[in-house]
Amino acid sequence: MNLEYIADGLLLGATIGLGAIGLTLTYSILRFANFTQGDLMSWGAYLTLTLAGAIAGALSGEVLPLGPFSFGWPILLASLIAMGLTGLLALLLDQLLFRRLRRHGSAIVMVIASFGASMALRSLLEFIYTPQPLYFTQNLQIARRLGFGVRMTPDQLAVLGLTAILVLGLHLLLTRSHIGRAMRAAAENPALAEITGIDVAQVVRITWLIGGALACAAGVMIGLTVQIRPYMGFDLLLPLFAAAILGGIGSIPGAMLGGLVVGLAESLGVLVVGAEYRAAISFAVLILLLLFRPTGLFGSRD
Amino acid sequence: MLDILGYAAFFLTTALTYGLICLGLNIQWGMTGLFNVGVAGFVAIGAYVSALLTAQPAAGRLTGPEFPILLGWLAGAAAAGLAAALVGAVTLRLRADYLAITTFGIAVTIQLVALNAQHLTGGPFGIAFIPRPFAGLASQPALFDGAHLLLTGAVLLAVFWAIERLARSPWGRVLRAIREDEAAAASLGKSPRLYRLQAFALGGAVMGLAGAMQAHFIGFIAPDNYVSSLTFLVWAMLVVGGSGNNKGAVLGAVLVWGLWSASGYLAGLLLPPDLQARGAALQIVGIGLMLALILLLRPRGVLGEQKVVSRHIGPADEA
Repeated sequence: MNLEYIADGLLLGATIGLGAIGLTLTYSILRFANFTQGDLMSWGAYLTLTLAGAIAGALSGEVLPLGPFSFGWPILLASLIAMGLTGLLALLLDQLLFRRLRRHGSAIVMVIASFGASMALRSLLEFIYTPQPLYFTQNLQIARRLGFGVRMTPDQLAVLGLTAILVLGLHLLLTRSHIGRAMRAAAENPALAEITGIDVAQVVRITWLIGGALACAAGVMIGLTVQIRPYMGFDLLLPLFAAAILGGIGSIPGAMLGGLVVGLAESLGVLVVGAEYRAAISFAVLILLLLFRPTGLFGSRD
Repeated sequence: MLDILGYAAFFLTTALTYGLICLGLNIQWGMTGLFNVGVAGFVAIGAYVSALLTAQPAAGRLTGPEFPILLGWLAGAAAAGLAAALVGAVTLRLRADYLAITTFGIAVTIQLVALNAQHLTGGPFGIAFIPRPFAGLASQPALFDGAHLLLTGAVLLAVFWAIERLARSPWGRVLRAIREDEAAAASLGKSPRLYRLQAFALGGAVMGLAGAMQAHFIGFIAPDNYVSSLTFLVWAMLVVGGSGNNKGAVLGAVLVWGLWSASGYLAGLLLPPDLQARGAALQIVGIGLMLALILLLRPRGVLGEQKVVSRHIGPADEA
């Protein structure tokens, strides 16, 4: 048994988990399976790339990478701005499409709409940037030994660290702040939440903003450790759903743990079925889950 | 002149095979309210099963039994129906959108198998030289396309008629009852799960039949044909035509396929060669916008749902 695969699985799982948190939030508060979550990840990565290019262009000088990492501060700054922009993009989709359907449509009509919107978002990226893969930097990174046969690049370690910070921050926001309590109340029972004076429309807006921002962060992390393609997020959609259902819809720690489980299953499963069937592994996890424990490992609600 | 007629026949044949897929989706969504995001997967099963059973031997691929075409079509439909029944058995007892996620997953997996199981499916190069009906007419393209159009039209009419009969039968009424009020239907002793499973399998079989016919009509299949944009296009067709209405399903297929082909032709005419690939992406954005607008402004589609009560009473508005 090589620990290398476990490290790979954790890294992949961390980004899946981040995306799945956004998915589980919109799922529990807006009550529909949002197929655009993967494409918001791709949009976040491309927005960051474009902004970082613009910042570097404005400085018109070589920006040195930060410490041992392959990226400089323009990418960090760009990803912060892009997180906000991706959140706004999700909000815009809601205002134009989902909000209107919510008023007089069933949840499943919203799933159809999100499936169509997902296709359009992805194709728009393909139109603007072509399907050619892009990279944040051309700098090569040398993996360092961490002991026990595990090697990781500084970028990969940064991804793990940033994920931990984001998840912890979000968990604190949801459990300790006023808006967090409002969000959980709206997820539990929107009508009752409305009666107690919670502005449910505001909760919905914040949910989209957070979901979009997290999708962007996950997209940037995949861009840093793998590559940027228009289909990068869409290809992760199945693992995202598997992670969100595994963790129990609506649970933030559950989605993160679910992401880690799916990531590990993928990187270890590759040893059994071969790398070409990687994408089917999360489907197998999903089917097993739906057969034996459809409420997820950590969820209590149906 | 003959060229134009030939192209028209070719266009209509393709549109009608999409119409057949739409009829299958309409059994699942329009009649029963089941959301299937894996249309491409079931179409692919029909296409590959039929192609493998009928194709001539080729190097590097398992040799099939070289069945007659009709037998291949039936086997393709049966295989897709069986796959749909399996998916349904796992997910239909759960909440509605889990079915959407699972069907999405099965389509991804099937495409992956088609791409990677090289000995069985020919891998990325696909399967060529699938026997075509009326191969004897191949030297006269217009006649050949016309014969194909007649055959496809006849199959579509037969399936259409069968589904209309089913919709008016007690079975169809139970389906709509379950869709409208599951608890009420269950209280009358109808098992929602069993009826849904039957409808889902039947819809899958129709999609498989359509996939098989497409494969034999073109004579070549590859994994790239069965990606999510196919599912997306079929959904756009059904929503545009009016879900719950079989005429709408076929009309939507012809309309959307016409828009798709016309915009593709225009893009080819207007865009410089280096922008052609981008034009295809823009086409999908356009169809996506159309789908969103229809859902927002005219959720019933062009024709809207046809009210059906029973074949003994006739349309509800006359009763």
